[in-house]
Amino acid sequence: MFMRSLFLLIFFMINDVHAETVLQGPNLGKSVSNVVINRWNRDVFPNGEGLPEGAGNAKKGAKIYQQQCLSCHGVAGTGGSADELAGAQHALTDDPPDKVIGNYWPYATTIFDFIRRSMPLHTPGSLNNDEVYALTAYLLVLNGIIGKDQIINKTTLPQVEMPNRTGFINAFKD
Amino acid sequence: MENQLQPVAGGGLLDRRLFLKRGLIFSTAAAVSPQPFAKVKPFDGNLPGWMLKPGAPFSNYGEPSWYEKATIRWKMENSMAPGNGVSWTPIHDLEGTITPNGLHFERHHNGVPEIDPKRHQLLIHGLVKKPLIFSVDDLLRYPMCSMFCFIECGGNSNAGWRSKPIQTRAGYFHGMASCSEWTGIPLSVLLEETGIKAAGKWLVSEGADAAAMNVSIPLEKALDDCIVALYQNGERIRPENGYPMRLLVPGWEGVLNVKWLRRMHVTNRPSMTRNETSKYTDLLPSGKARQFSFFMDAKSLITKPSPGYKMNGSGLYQITGLAWSGRGRISRVEISADGGNSWAEAQLQDPVLSKCFTRFRIPWQWQGKEAIIMSRAIDETGYQQPLRETLISQRGKHGYFHYNAIVCWKITADGEISHVYA
Repeated sequence: MFMRSLFLLIFFMINDVHAETVLQGPNLGKSVSNVVINRWNRDVFPNGEGLPEGAGNAKKGAKIYQQQCLSCHGVAGTGGSADELAGAQHALTDDPPDKVIGNYWPYATTIFDFIRRSMPLHTPGSLNNDEVYALTAYLLVLNGIIGKDQIINKTTLPQVEMPNRTGFINAFKD
Repeated sequence: MENQLQPVAGGGLLDRRLFLKRGLIFSTAAAVSPQPFAKVKPFDGNLPGWMLKPGAPFSNYGEPSWYEKATIRWKMENSMAPGNGVSWTPIHDLEGTITPNGLHFERHHNGVPEIDPKRHQLLIHGLVKKPLIFSVDDLLRYPMCSMFCFIECGGNSNAGWRSKPIQTRAGYFHGMASCSEWTGIPLSVLLEETGIKAAGKWLVSEGADAAAMNVSIPLEKALDDCIVALYQNGERIRPENGYPMRLLVPGWEGVLNVKWLRRMHVTNRPSMTRNETSKYTDLLPSGKARQFSFFMDAKSLITKPSPGYKMNGSGLYQITGLAWSGRGRISRVEISADGGNSWAEAQLQDPVLSKCFTRFRIPWQWQGKEAIIMSRAIDETGYQQPLRETLISQRGKHGYFHYNAIVCWKITADGEISHVYA
């Protein structure tokens, strides 16, 4: 008890700004079942945590790309009004550099996560998991990272090694 | 009296306390005029028409004067997707430190959702002892706190990386930064209620917009000074700023301040979302990129005089502008009116708050000759806003984000003002 009081005393002494804002809430949060959490939670992590069932390859992905993505992202992921996805002409050290999925993105799982949550811009949430896996496969093929027949699913996607995996410096911990 | 008009630095900068000492004597001596000049009718001695009839009735929600309708956010949208883009705060038109709610900058990834607060909930789950879900009504009963705080997009001022200086109003270059009084629930209160498991180190937050924007922050920041904000400048947050609630991450990149907040996931590592890998990472000349470059380092600029204004004859002017730092308080702002050869300290307007816009002012006797004026901010950590060439020598030209170099305005002998690299 004494140690706890001492700890609190030190806490307030070194952190006087926040000492005023140590507040007690009315505990109104409601408990929530795993079923609901799993429906809400669409986060995906580099080790594959959060990836759903389903699978796709680049052949199927190319068809979806023509219908859903090409009008903004251009033929083969380049030359459109939206971000360049593939077809880098310059290295990251060139002036100016090109930054596309193949030479910049450190994790392949990010492609799946971003398409599933945010794309296509006009109808987000309209693609099923097989379609998102297929598009992911197509973008990886366009960037020369996987073979054109490779199946992408929750097991194979986290195993894809992105060329720029070690290209980042953690500025927060520097 | 003449002594007080002796310059304290080159180019005619005067002691910062001059205006305070001498009050209003000089305040109307000269004014910077917006272009084009408004034609002012000479006063003929008759009462103006608005004194000869009753004025307009009350209004339920007030609007700016019709004559100020040019003070607007400048929009830059994606032509293929009008909800994807930015709008800029016209900081060149504004005074003080608080941005009016209708002029707070916007960055949306896929439009502004129209959220029914009765159907909106906040879920906190992951490495917590007790996952919990809160309604908006629940949260409105929680203890709140307020803080004055800027939000600045990590991509603000990025035209500064270009090889030629952009010619536009100051706000349409540096106005992806705004400052408000934010009120909400300390995130630590909600995380105290769920409890955090020992392995919890990061927090992934998600918005309820059509992009389901998601991004990760270290849990230590979440517990330090983040709030779930429900109010902005006293009223409920506007839809374009995250109604009914947003995450406020004081002093850190704007993208982390997730709007339309619906879910927070306590994890043991970042999710490596698109907005913390492909975007909001700063490419260096080596080909490596800085990631998790959260802090918005100290920045300042002169908002008046600035491009788009014209000097209205030589004489006394007040140079004014804004300074801010994501690492704490601004401790000093220095002004040069001779292209950086000499510097004088500006007056900081009270109150000077941590991670908040700080207004600076200094009197200046413009001789009617060509001049280059600039400001540099120093924050309480001792960090000094860099020269452009220093920033580029450290970071190269292709970092895109986190441009905070000293900004220079050139004034010609005939009073035209332009942006220069000096």
